[in-house]
Amino acid sequence: MIYLLIGGLLFLAIVTFVQIIRVSELLSKIRNKDVNEVTENDNNIQGKILLVVGFGFLVFVIWQIVAWKHLILPPASSLHGVEIDSLMNTTMMLILVVFFITSIILFFFGFKYRGIKGRKAFFYAHNNKLEIVWTIVPAIVLSGLIVSGLKVWDSTMNVTSENSQIIELHSRQFQWAARYAGEDNILGKHDFRLIDRATNPLSLDKGDKYTIDDKITNEVHLVVGKPVMLKFRSDDVIHSAYIPHFRVQMNCVPGVRTQFGFTPTKTTQEMREDPQIIRQMQELNDRIDAMSLIEKTVFLDENFAKTVDDLPLKFDYQLLCNKICGSAHYNMKMKFVVETQEEFDTWIAQQKEVGGLVLTKK
Amino acid sequence: MSDHHHKETFITKYIFSQDHKMIAKQFLLTGIFMALVGMLMSAMFRVQLANPGETSILYNLMPSNWMDPDTGALLQDKYLALVTMHGTILVFWVLTAGLSGTFANFLIPLQIGARDMASGFINMLSYWFFFAATVVLIYSIYVPSGPASAGWTIYPPLSAEASYIEGSGLGMTLWLVSITLFIVGSLLGGLNYIVTILNLRTKGMSMKRLPLTIWALFVTAILGVLSFPVLLSCGLLLVFDRSFGTSFYLSDLIIGGEAAHHIGGSPILFEHLFWFLGHPEVYIILLPALGMTSEVISVNTRKPIFGYQAMVLSLLAIGFLSFIVWGHHMFMTGMNPFLGSVFAFTTLLIAIPSAIKVFNYLTTLWRGNIRFTPAMLFAIAMVSTFITGGLTGLILGNAPLDINVHDTYFVVGHFHIVMGLSAIYGMLAGVYHWFPKMYGRMMNKNLGYLHFWGTFICAYGVFFPMHFLGLAGLPRRYYANPVDMGQITDINDIITFFALAGAVIQFIFVFNFFYSIFRGSPASKNPWKANTLEWTTPVERIHGNWPGDLPEVHRWAYDYSKPGAEEDYIPQNVPLKEGESEH
Repeated sequence: MIYLLIGGLLFLAIVTFVQIIRVSELLSKIRNKDVNEVTENDNNIQGKILLVVGFGFLVFVIWQIVAWKHLILPPASSLHGVEIDSLMNTTMMLILVVFFITSIILFFFGFKYRGIKGRKAFFYAHNNKLEIVWTIVPAIVLSGLIVSGLKVWDSTMNVTSENSQIIELHSRQFQWAARYAGEDNILGKHDFRLIDRATNPLSLDKGDKYTIDDKITNEVHLVVGKPVMLKFRSDDVIHSAYIPHFRVQMNCVPGVRTQFGFTPTKTTQEMREDPQIIRQMQELNDRIDAMSLIEKTVFLDENFAKTVDDLPLKFDYQLLCNKICGSAHYNMKMKFVVETQEEFDTWIAQQKEVGGLVLTKK
Repeated sequence: MSDHHHKETFITKYIFSQDHKMIAKQFLLTGIFMALVGMLMSAMFRVQLANPGETSILYNLMPSNWMDPDTGALLQDKYLALVTMHGTILVFWVLTAGLSGTFANFLIPLQIGARDMASGFINMLSYWFFFAATVVLIYSIYVPSGPASAGWTIYPPLSAEASYIEGSGLGMTLWLVSITLFIVGSLLGGLNYIVTILNLRTKGMSMKRLPLTIWALFVTAILGVLSFPVLLSCGLLLVFDRSFGTSFYLSDLIIGGEAAHHIGGSPILFEHLFWFLGHPEVYIILLPALGMTSEVISVNTRKPIFGYQAMVLSLLAIGFLSFIVWGHHMFMTGMNPFLGSVFAFTTLLIAIPSAIKVFNYLTTLWRGNIRFTPAMLFAIAMVSTFITGGLTGLILGNAPLDINVHDTYFVVGHFHIVMGLSAIYGMLAGVYHWFPKMYGRMMNKNLGYLHFWGTFICAYGVFFPMHFLGLAGLPRRYYANPVDMGQITDINDIITFFALAGAVIQFIFVFNFFYSIFRGSPASKNPWKANTLEWTTPVERIHGNWPGDLPEVHRWAYDYSKPGAEEDYIPQNVPLKEGESEH
């Protein structure tokens, strides 16, 4: 029934439309003019609208920057992230300036030179000097961007695992696991053919002497100021380990070894005291507060595996999957905690070694 | 030529036509149809993002097994099916075939002064392969396990194994069949375009006098012919991996809790092959739009396009560079970081010819006498989106900056503006501009204005806020937002509002288009007072294009408002006056 109604309404709308157009066409026929010829009046009106809407768009852009600035990620919580942020800010300023200047010129020229009957446009086919200038100026600016970009890229990607704590991030549809390399800081070997979901979900080589002290966890704890080297693995499709607050991202590719090394600089606790984070969490908690009890319960359970007792929610670093990996792609995440050496020592001591697990289960 | 032609039946005239103008219209109609399909899909997933887990009347357009039987909500993997099909349809069907297919077919013979394409028969085949591809793709939406759902980039192993996602079964097989047919069609078309431009130019039409549209379509065709075969082989290897047990792309996989036999392959190989097409593809989409924008802007400012030679050279430079930048899609794949440096360098180089184009457009507007046809408005909007979207490319192309925005909504905003909107605006500018030549009637001007302003406002309302989502760290292709970023819901509501409004507004265009085909006011031979040769053909659109001899070309296409001339335009077939210099 509802479809019939919608269909009927659509039909009526189209008929009305046709009639309006017919009338306007007939009227112009009476006046002996073609309704579809663009007149001086049209140029005038459209030129003005272009100016208004064009500048409206620029105002909309400024409004977004003001209104949503606090939503974007806070300054990086890692050493290399600071360099990235600084280059990002420079680039962003540059493109905003160019964006505003060129957009203003575009909309203004459109308005200013709207057609007038009888005026002749200026025949201006080329000017080599001018063209050379706007080839060379962008080229110089871009060289600057490229050089500083390559510097940052080089220092970010060419990190050795010496002195770093080694952690393996294992991914499969749709969950993450972490494996700490243990006392020896060397990960034991693995081979996907050793898979046994019940007893050996990470397909580890139990005979390898380095395996025994490895520790498997379902969240990652890091020591503030201490370099870490993440090694990535995937069991099925390509996943991507994305930890936005650290400016870290790397794909987990089945059959290919990938890694990313970085140094966290702010503890979870410090982040929770950051004014921008406080504001972000405040807005989230307000939103949850506005829900009914049932909505709250479902929402917290589905998204955080938490209950209403855990309210208000607190900030945590999150690892997100950032490569399309299947139906629950959007819900594949893991908690990261950055803490002091003492806190870390306490936590890691509570985690069981693989050797122990394997022995008891066999 | 036309009168003693064999008698045409309905079938040879409208269906199995070998006339380039009819084939162009076939491409256009199929393109518009697919654009609507792709747009409705985007409306559906935008509704899901604004109201996650709730049902919507829109979902009824899809098979009923796409929805949760209890709540009526869109299923998670069907959300991915929607984004996959949306991407496939828009990138290949609308902006490759719909855009190039339409305007290369329509404009090349008309603007170079040829009676038809070099081979009318191959041209016809090109459309019918495309049509077959379309049928297979649409059919794949309705198979019980759903269409391909691994993203339009179909990265294996997700696209290789049905137990990873349902759509990678029959749906993916059909996707591969469809894209193969599509590639055959586009290669047949592309070869024809190149041969026609090189061999069938009329007397006097030197390469230096070619309109910029033809230059753009020429470079586009070359890119297509060089890159699509790579996608074909890329897909073929995927077929082997899927069906014949090879391991080109697969290794170390666990399927259903058991180790699979695949060993030694690398998904990164797939990504290299895919993006070797994928990046030139971006310019296959963009260049025709740039070419048509140049033409429309020049005609309607009543000025020559500024720096014709620089415009041609920058087209060639962009075309060349597009082959050596594909790695910027792969900075985060684990590719050797040194390669990343190389690709970051080549990528940023593209900004130089792009900047030249923008500055030349702006200078063309300067001191013009602008006539605001709907086509002109779309052309101006195209320059605007090319600026807005192009600039964010400086962030994504610079490898270290890409780390944190790669695969986020920042990318979605970037490419939808610079490639999606620019190309769509270029295409719409083309449709409004050449409609009188296609159908002998005018499109309604006021509906055109309404369509333009609605589209312009809504499109920026959809895509600009996405930059902020990306800067907040929101990954793309998420069925719902991770709630840590719950505040972002407001932005999503705004985007969805504009997306739905924008979708409704497109029906004004559809209405205007079909209404004007039958009832539009009759067009004159040269309604825009333009210089290019197509406007010297009769309104009746005869087979063979010109009733008598082919026109002879004496000047470039941009003699608008030339000092000393009486009119503010001089068609290309008017001989130079005594003492008149060419430019």
